[in-house]
Amino acid sequence: MSGLARVVRSGVRRRRVPSLVIGLAVLMAVTASVLGGSLLVASSAPFDRAFARQHGAHLVGQFDAAKATEPQVAATAHAKGVTAEAGPFPTVSVTPTTPRTAGPGLTPMTLAGRADPAGPVDAVSLTAGRWVRSPDELVLSAAGPELAVGTDLEFPDLPGDPTLTVVGIARSVSQSADGWVEPEAITTPSGYQMLYQFASAATDAQVTAHRAALTASVPADALAGAQSWLAVKRAADQNTGVFVPFLAAFGVLGLAMSVLIVGNVVAGTVGASTRRIGILKALGCTPAQVIRAYVAQALVPAGVGTVLGVLAGNALTMPVLAQTDSLYGTPASGVAPWVDIAVVAGMLGVVAGTGWLAAWRAGRLRTVDALRVGPVSTGGRGRLAGRVAAALPAPPSVGLGLAHPLARPARALGLLAAVAFGTVTVTFALGLAASLNDIQAAKNHDNADVLVNTLTSPYGPHRVDRVDGPRPAATATPAQIAAAIAAQPGTRAYYATAQTAVTAAGVSGAIDLYAFTGDATWAGYQMVAGTWFHGSGEAVAVSTFLSATSTRIGDTVTLFEQGRPVRVKIVGEVFDPHTDPEVLVDAATVPDLAPDTYHIELRSDTDVGGYITQLDGTLRQYGVMVASNQAVHSGTLLALATLTGLLTLALVLVAGLGVLNTVVLDTRDRVHDIGVYKALGMTPRQTTGMVLASVPLPGLLGGLLGVPAGYGLHAAVTPAMGHAAGLNLPAQALDTYGPAELAALVVAGLVIAALGALIPAGWAARTRTATALRTE
Amino acid sequence: MIELDAVSRRYDGGPPALQDVTLSVPRGQALAIVGPSGSGKSTLLNLLAGLDRPSAGTVTVDGVRVHELGEAASAKYRRATIGLVFQFFNLLDDLTVADNVVLPAWLAGVAKAAAQRRAAELLDTLGIARHARAYPGRLSGGERQRVAVARALMNRPALLLADEPTGALDSASGEDVRELLTGLRAEGQTIVLVTHDLRLADAVATRTVELLDGRVVADGTTPTGAAAIGVAP
Repeated sequence: MSGLARVVRSGVRRRRVPSLVIGLAVLMAVTASVLGGSLLVASSAPFDRAFARQHGAHLVGQFDAAKATEPQVAATAHAKGVTAEAGPFPTVSVTPTTPRTAGPGLTPMTLAGRADPAGPVDAVSLTAGRWVRSPDELVLSAAGPELAVGTDLEFPDLPGDPTLTVVGIARSVSQSADGWVEPEAITTPSGYQMLYQFASAATDAQVTAHRAALTASVPADALAGAQSWLAVKRAADQNTGVFVPFLAAFGVLGLAMSVLIVGNVVAGTVGASTRRIGILKALGCTPAQVIRAYVAQALVPAGVGTVLGVLAGNALTMPVLAQTDSLYGTPASGVAPWVDIAVVAGMLGVVAGTGWLAAWRAGRLRTVDALRVGPVSTGGRGRLAGRVAAALPAPPSVGLGLAHPLARPARALGLLAAVAFGTVTVTFALGLAASLNDIQAAKNHDNADVLVNTLTSPYGPHRVDRVDGPRPAATATPAQIAAAIAAQPGTRAYYATAQTAVTAAGVSGAIDLYAFTGDATWAGYQMVAGTWFHGSGEAVAVSTFLSATSTRIGDTVTLFEQGRPVRVKIVGEVFDPHTDPEVLVDAATVPDLAPDTYHIELRSDTDVGGYITQLDGTLRQYGVMVASNQAVHSGTLLALATLTGLLTLALVLVAGLGVLNTVVLDTRDRVHDIGVYKALGMTPRQTTGMVLASVPLPGLLGGLLGVPAGYGLHAAVTPAMGHAAGLNLPAQALDTYGPAELAALVVAGLVIAALGALIPAGWAARTRTATALRTE
Repeated sequence: MIELDAVSRRYDGGPPALQDVTLSVPRGQALAIVGPSGSGKSTLLNLLAGLDRPSAGTVTVDGVRVHELGEAASAKYRRATIGLVFQFFNLLDDLTVADNVVLPAWLAGVAKAAAQRRAAELLDTLGIARHARAYPGRLSGGERQRVAVARALMNRPALLLADEPTGALDSASGEDVRELLTGLRAEGQTIVLVTHDLRLADAVATRTVELLDGRVVADGTTPTGAAAIGVAP
């Protein structure tokens, strides 16, 4: 081992706390960077690969067969900007059943007539079975219901009530249809589908412009709907995209903290090792060797932190990416190696650069000065601190501590910065946690205490625990159930919902429609924009619906419920993070739907169990089910909350260790003075008080700086997370801080500072006076 | 005033720094402890000041069993009983001369005004009142040691401990300090002086004890103690 290596090794061993702080800060920053970077780079990779392989459609156009002929639709291929097209394919909206199910058993679906899965646009890839060869065969979308090849489906909506056999499962990255049949199988199409690629379709504005050109090229209202590839891509990226802004915030915080900690530790180490540096130079170390020695002392723990951070980042990234890959049947993306390499190189570069700057003074220090140095002199600043301490109306030990930051302003700034970053993190994390709670509450948007379910929904009961055995089919009328609920003591309010699946022109897959009877203002729905519906023909929709249908508040859309058109005007956007599109309407809009679920709010003094027992006794005869309402927790929100907790804990730990390290260095610098104080009669308690009193001022200032910064970070990151998930968040989820919370968070800065100073204060109190007096 | 009974001090299994030292010092006596480096002089002083604890034996000062004191109690003992003067002054560079002097009184909880009056008196008595608002770094070595003596006397200690008080001074400054300590002895201040400087010991002390390898090898009680134990001045 070279002499320099020995110096480095002994330095790392001697300074365990600073080394631990560097390692932890770097570990945190690297973990968040690898995780965030990998998700950012790889989240869209499976979609992009599938889109390229299948020549995905930039726009799926759905034309109304009643308003445009097939040749007119085909002529849209000549619209400006179209570089490739496929179609027209006849389409029809149907609701199949299987011979084994009584009544509606499957969701509505859009079938497209295609003789060939290949083509210049949207080359559908088979994942099982084969393509259709006759009109009584069907290929299902892999994104649809999980039915095996060979299953027979009945189509009562089609002429002749045909039964089609599933002969294949296929995947369309453009999500152009829920199933494909021979064109001849659709004898009376409700629409025609055209699939387009454009020369430029990278932005919403470009796609919208192409859509406008298509609209203009056909008769009025003929283009019933269109699905942009960007909407599909955004939906595909949602699972991973939501993590990126949040991880970027933690990554930046971790990086800033690393720079601060490394700079502080190396500069502090150099300051505290002046005599050692003098000895090294006297023995023949060149300035460059001295700098290298001190940079290497930072790089050793940083290297360990980097390796562990890369491992942790990769371990956390893999499961998230694997989930996305499985959606497209693409090979596992894994973490892009260049992300790991870039993060490792970047972090070690930052550490080396920061360390080099901080160690520069060690290289320049004159040997004779370094060897001559005694107790650390603080010059005029120290005298100012002394004057202030003497003038303060406080016990001398407290006064000396309070005034101390004036003597060592650079170190106090380092401490302030560590506290500020810690406070930023705590403020941001608590705000984010509150937002996630609000989002979870808004997601459940069901403040009901008790649910009554008639079991007539095609999807079965919604959020109800089925705790007992089978019951007779529901026989009660809505009026009977409502009367029983209203008559039940303890009922404060109730409303009813009916859920069904509908389709919309231009959008593949089912759309959930909820029809409301009664006042649901207490249910917990939060509006992002617009107003709640008032009466028949009005609807509120979730973001995903507006995005999928390219509609806005004020637009009117046509939905198909059991093949019947239902025209609704969108009057508001309601918050709901479910990825499936949803529309909420008044029951009068779809009068044939009977409520399937009754949502009951109880009076505050009502026993839920007793209420359920009594109501169940009344309604059991009708075959309906009464149960307590249980919230469903989102896996993504849970993952975010867990990650937030872990990263916050790590960052607060690093901030606390940063304070600890600063106070340790400072206490070591002052150990001789502390010895003098103790020799003159300063008790251990007074010594502890003096060291602790040196941190409130920077702690308070750090808190005062950190809280607004954390507030701003939350205000920037939380909506970005929502947008990444394709959601506009309600104001309530963004406005999470009250004055009391903000004041308490400023105090959190003081707490971080005090906790970080406790150990060195105890160390100073325990230091033997005789030993301290000998230390120079 | 001071009773050391069979006191020994050993560090980390090494040879004893002090070995079976028994010593009695009456109130008002000025005792000089002399001996070569490593003889145990400073160790003895640290034990008297409560800065260190003996490995064996008892140390009693002014009725206080110093060897039994914990950290907090020994700090309070130093405030009440001990004045310390160091070879390298150990003044706090960031405090003015006046604040340095007044510090032991502040730590003892003495009212600020009373403490400042006492400090002013001491600075005046020791001839350094004009430096009250100056910082120690601007004073000569002799002046700094006068400040250190003033600080040591601030709480009217029963015992003044001085560790090589002229060791870092030039001869003129050393002479100043010698006169100062002689004056204190004349006023009846109990003093324990650790020094290499036999002339200082001879001038200040009424009794001289010589240590060698941690043991008392000579103990003379005449005003010219150095001569009494046969050490050439």
